[in-house]
Amino acid sequence: MIDLDTSLIFEQGADGRCGVDMPAPPKHTARLGSLKRQNKIGLPGLSEPQMVRHYSRLSQKNFGIDTVFYPLGSCTMKHNPRINEKLARLPGFSSLHPMQPSVTTQGALELMDILSDWLKKLTGMTAVALSPAAGAHGEFAGMAAIKSALLARGEKRTKVLVPESAHGTNPATAAALGYNVESISATADGRVDVAVLKSKLGPDVAAIMLTNPNTCGLFERDIIEIAEAVHGAGAFFYCDGANFNAIVGRVRPADLGIDVMHINLHKTFSTPHGGGGPGSGPIVLAEALAPFVPLPYVVADGKNFKLIEHAADTKGTKTYGRLKTFHGQMGMFIRALAYMLSHGADGLRQVAEDAVLNANYILASLQDIMSAPFDGPCMHEALFDDRFLKGTDVSTLDIAKALLDRGFHPMTMYFPLVVHGAFLIEPTETESKETLDAFIATMRDLTAKAKNGESEFFHQSPRLSPRRRLDETRAARTPVLRWKPT
Amino acid sequence: MRYLPLTPPDRAAMLKKIGAASVDDLFHDVPVVARLKGNIHGLPDHQSEIEVERFISSLAGKNIHAGSCPSFLGAGAYHHHIPASVDQLLLRGEFLTSYTPYQPEVSQGTLQYLFEFQTQVALLTGMEIANASMYDGATAAAEAVQMANRITRRRRAVISGNLHPHYLEVIQTIADLTGFELQVAVRCPRTDENFTVDETTSCVVVQNPDFFGRLHDFSALAETCQKNGALLIVVVTEIISLGLLKSPGDMGADIVVAEGQSLGNGLNFGGPYVGLFACKEKYVRQMPGRLCGETVDADGRCGFVLTLSTREQHIRREKATSNICTNSGLCALAFTMHLSLLGEKGLTDLAELNHAMACNLADALVKIPGCKVLNDNFFNEFVLELPKPAATVVDELAKLPILAGVPVSRFCPDNAALKNLLLVAATELTTEEDIEIFAAELRKVCT
Amino acid sequence: MPQLRYTKDHEWARLDGDTAVCGISDYAQDALGDVVYVELPDVGRTVKAGEQIAIVESSKVASDVYAPMDGVITGVNDVLSSNPALVNEAPTGQGWFFKIKFSNAAQHGALMDEKSYADYTKGLHE
Repeated sequence: MIDLDTSLIFEQGADGRCGVDMPAPPKHTARLGSLKRQNKIGLPGLSEPQMVRHYSRLSQKNFGIDTVFYPLGSCTMKHNPRINEKLARLPGFSSLHPMQPSVTTQGALELMDILSDWLKKLTGMTAVALSPAAGAHGEFAGMAAIKSALLARGEKRTKVLVPESAHGTNPATAAALGYNVESISATADGRVDVAVLKSKLGPDVAAIMLTNPNTCGLFERDIIEIAEAVHGAGAFFYCDGANFNAIVGRVRPADLGIDVMHINLHKTFSTPHGGGGPGSGPIVLAEALAPFVPLPYVVADGKNFKLIEHAADTKGTKTYGRLKTFHGQMGMFIRALAYMLSHGADGLRQVAEDAVLNANYILASLQDIMSAPFDGPCMHEALFDDRFLKGTDVSTLDIAKALLDRGFHPMTMYFPLVVHGAFLIEPTETESKETLDAFIATMRDLTAKAKNGESEFFHQSPRLSPRRRLDETRAARTPVLRWKPT
Repeated sequence: MRYLPLTPPDRAAMLKKIGAASVDDLFHDVPVVARLKGNIHGLPDHQSEIEVERFISSLAGKNIHAGSCPSFLGAGAYHHHIPASVDQLLLRGEFLTSYTPYQPEVSQGTLQYLFEFQTQVALLTGMEIANASMYDGATAAAEAVQMANRITRRRRAVISGNLHPHYLEVIQTIADLTGFELQVAVRCPRTDENFTVDETTSCVVVQNPDFFGRLHDFSALAETCQKNGALLIVVVTEIISLGLLKSPGDMGADIVVAEGQSLGNGLNFGGPYVGLFACKEKYVRQMPGRLCGETVDADGRCGFVLTLSTREQHIRREKATSNICTNSGLCALAFTMHLSLLGEKGLTDLAELNHAMACNLADALVKIPGCKVLNDNFFNEFVLELPKPAATVVDELAKLPILAGVPVSRFCPDNAALKNLLLVAATELTTEEDIEIFAAELRKVCT
Repeated sequence: MPQLRYTKDHEWARLDGDTAVCGISDYAQDALGDVVYVELPDVGRTVKAGEQIAIVESSKVASDVYAPMDGVITGVNDVLSSNPALVNEAPTGQGWFFKIKFSNAAQHGALMDEKSYADYTKGLHE
């Protein structure tokens, strides 16, 4: 790739340069009080041609699903359909102000209601709250529902149980709500140790937070037994829905005994990852938790739809309050619904099957030369650890960096923490067999090189990417978080 | 199905490699009782683009949007012009479909625009550093209060009654759920606020322009806070205002949180938006959210990485500064692109135009008998006191259609004293004709 | 040179009069990688053996550091805030973390000596 200059905008802008033409303000009597800004801000301006060139060049330095295979475990990097983008941009949605009178926004409210219906049917759950802005936000909303329900019961429970393999947001969320987090170990076959779990249940446990399939890519086969034990102890069952792509359309979380689950619309339902966001993390709730939802939510009112925004207007719910401005990530709702309508119940079932098939194909094709910690089959993601690299002086990180030069985004590395040097590979259903075969061939080649003692090759990788390995220690020891004028 | 590349021969070959008879074998861990026989009931089968587009377009068609008629809506979300190039660039696949930049070697595009974004936010707010964005202004405000609690080791936050009600509600919800105290001043558009700040106060949270559009200089309050060891948190819901107004940093704020929607991001019925978070450099390790930092690569070339990650959930887990995982990536990109097109001159001109239109709007409306503008000063939004309940007036005008502004009662339905108040905003999209039509129709409804 | 004795969690303590100078071991700094930041306890804080009182961070990992003995913190190594690399370069010397005025000298004797600790870490190195 030819190296095109991408100097910072601060190094490009010239005084007075502007890429937006505006009419002069009409005559008016200003009323800014004494608050008018006296000094310069220091912002650079670019003309439109410069701006387009700058950001186009920046984009060319990025990998994206559009350009490369992106098998990040638990991220579900599936293709982002473009019809979703077209429909989200319809002026009837994009120029709709959230605080317009409801009579002028019935189409939007109806869309939210239809999306809620899909989420309830796909999960088998009773209620939905659409407002959380991201997965972690949804976790907070769901755990808040549990906390509120226990308070309503008059019970003070202080502990939350979380498997060792859990994503960091799980314990972080529980701790944020004031719970003590206790870890549950796994069995030799990578599932939650039910005996250990049962031994930790008691009147002081508020909830368990499980991911299913779990972060090792395995279905928790004892999940119904777990749910029964949890409920028997008077606790609630939170499910992290990050891995819903493995079972969507084939299994309903409600049938597994789950009380509340967040869904990552930007994972299972294809809304774009956008370089780190925005996401959307609605929660689905079982009957016991259905009253304890955040505001606002949409209700059908005869033929019309209404937004419930105040606790006083709630009927049959005991809301714990509002979690963000306005109504939720409407732009993501439109995209997710377009995706659901495009696939339908039959297509979504196929999504889960192809996702699981693809991951197992990778597992089967690499397990002879790489080390899988748990026996297959897996669900939608395949897990390897770094035992196969023992004695090679090549680490999981080194393999990942070598993959970059081959035109693949690496898999998730070093997560879950329960195995050493983890490689977590989630291909998703939108990859062809040809792509999987190319990836498998590359992994076989790299593994052979590692075992052949070519460690220097790996340590010098990547060589072809826009930048080579970056000094993260330096970035942390002497943080430079912005440009400064000299 | 157009998004699923596998063919039946592919699937057969793959099953053979795996050694499974059918894909059902791969699901054998699912408890029998949970295995669905067929497809999920009550949901339609797959549809073509034609059908999906027809259906969703019909839903869009049921809405009256702010671009289609005179509209004067604000209250924390503003209808601004977004230059065409911004959205075109957002659709570039390497921006749209990339992930969080955990492999920095192939994410320099994302990382550089985040670095530029952080710098722009710091400059705009007059602060030393900023993060790579949050979900929205209100969640950023709640995180700021929690950050102040951590830094001061105190649990009592003092909140202005004239904060945007959603921001207040979100902070209240977080306070209730995570266990800290709030002291909220009474909401009132007519009087100035006084705050009691003492050695038990972790922070004071104020907004400029406030929910009613009034302008404030918080410099004196900043000194009071400093004397008592409390942090001053300033909220900005209309970021364009910083093109014309004294920055919160210049007033002495410790943390600034803002809604960035006005730049680059459409109204979108309330989301996705982009929260801005800026603070003094000495607090950097207590900041929530992602941070992008500059460094060098193995060849000595300048590059960028996510840094100080050890504050975050994926490393600190239950001891993280926050449970946050995502930022608002694409929305931050839209913001930074729009602002780099505007630059200093453009932002100033844009702000002046907003203010001018609002002034002329106010002057036109104040001529209507029974109508009164409560603000002595404002940026692009003010409170109009009507001779009758504002919600009724808004509903009447919506039939024309005119989107007349947001009744304060929409946010505080129980407050009888605020029932006749209407929040009215103007932007660079407001025309003289819009103002004439609005004034004429409002006059009719008010008599 | 007064003896260094080690905890299971890879802290060391060296007695100096009524004070124990403490830090993390060479094994620990090697496992951690480049140290980027150290969060130290407040001077004057009363601590118990086994209590988490400090955090040592690399760019990828944050590890808890525990007090090796009961007592009161009488000093912390401020230089680490501007030069965290000292922890990697001189973990048992200039890279010390904090000083505890201990209340129970016997707790030092109960820790592992150099050789026992070396055997212990070898056992961890699977």
